[in-house]
Amino acid sequence: MDFPPQLSFGSIIVPKIIVEVMPKADLLDPAGKAVANALQRKGHKTVANVRIGKRIELHYATTPTEQEINDAKQIAADFLSNGVIEDVISVTVEN
Amino acid sequence: MKIGVVTFPGTLDDRDAMRAVGLAGAEPVSLWHADKTLKDVDAVVLPGGFSFGDYLRCGAIAAQAPVMEKVIDAANGGMPVLGICNGFQILVESHLLPGGLIRNEHQHFICRDQKLIVENNTTAWTNLFEIGEEITIPLKNGEGGYIADQETLKRLEGEGLIVFRYSEVNPNGSINNIAGLRNEKGNVVGLMPHPEHAVEPGFGPDTPVAMRSGVDGLRFFKSVINQLVNA
Repeated sequence: MDFPPQLSFGSIIVPKIIVEVMPKADLLDPAGKAVANALQRKGHKTVANVRIGKRIELHYATTPTEQEINDAKQIAADFLSNGVIEDVISVTVEN
Repeated sequence: MKIGVVTFPGTLDDRDAMRAVGLAGAEPVSLWHADKTLKDVDAVVLPGGFSFGDYLRCGAIAAQAPVMEKVIDAANGGMPVLGICNGFQILVESHLLPGGLIRNEHQHFICRDQKLIVENNTTAWTNLFEIGEEITIPLKNGEGGYIADQETLKRLEGEGLIVFRYSEVNPNGSINNIAGLRNEKGNVVGLMPHPEHAVEPGFGPDTPVAMRSGVDGLRFFKSVINQLVNA
C-alpha cells in the first residue's frame, strides 16, 4: 500500500506540535493509582507514585508557523485540557 | 409545549428522556448533535450516555457540537436546559455550569438507586420539590466526582447554587456531596443521577411501598412544564 511519504511510518516524520496534559497535582489520579498498585504488587517497591496524563500530537503538512504554534497553545488551553482538573505541561514543536 | 432531547454519537438515554418528557405531558422533540436549529423547542434535555466515546474528556467533544452553540445561546437567553449525567458533564465543559467531573474516587463504575436531598427548588426543573425533601433517583456513572476550586465552591454554597446533595452514601467522592447544580438564573440544572429512569411505576427504583415504584424523576419534567406554563 502506498502512503504519501510525509505520512508513512505513522507519525514519525511529520512536522507536529506536541501537547502534554496532566491531571492537576492535588487531584486523585485513579488510573495512576491503579498502575502504582500493580507495580507495588510486581515488586517495584521504589516506585513511590504514578501519574498518567496525555500526549496529544497535532500534525501539519509543513513546519508549523508562529501563528500555528500560538493557535495550538490556545487549543491546548481551551479544548485539549480543562483547567479545572488538568494542567497543560508543555506545547512543543517537533519537526 | 415542546421539549428537545439531544442525541450525540454515543448518547444512551435519549429515548428514555423522550419517554419521560411524554409521560410528564409535553411533546418530546428529537435533536441531533449536528442540528443548527433547536426546532422551536421550549426547553432542552442533554441526556446521559458516553457522547463521542468519552474521548478527550467526558462531554468535551459534545460541548463543541453544532447544536451546542444553539443550546448555549438559548440557555444564556433563559431557556430551561437540563443536563443528566453525561449531559451534566457537557454543561460543565460548555461552561454553562462551573467546576468539573472526574473519575469516581473508588475507581469503580457505580449503578445504584441513590437517595438525594433537594437543596433548591427555585429552578425550572425542581419547582415541584420541597426543600429538604429526600428523593430516590437511579445513578450510574464512572466519572461523577464533582470538583471545583475553593473560590467556586464558596460561591456555589453561598449563592445557593447546589440543587441536590447525595444522602446516606456519597457514591463518587463529590466534594460537599454535590449531586447537582444550577446556574444563577435557575434555568440550567445539571446532575449526575438519572431522573428519566424514575418516571413510570414498574420501571423505577424500589421504594418502601413497592419494588420499582419510584417516580420521583417525573417531577423534574413536570416542573419545567409548570414553569413554562406559568411563564
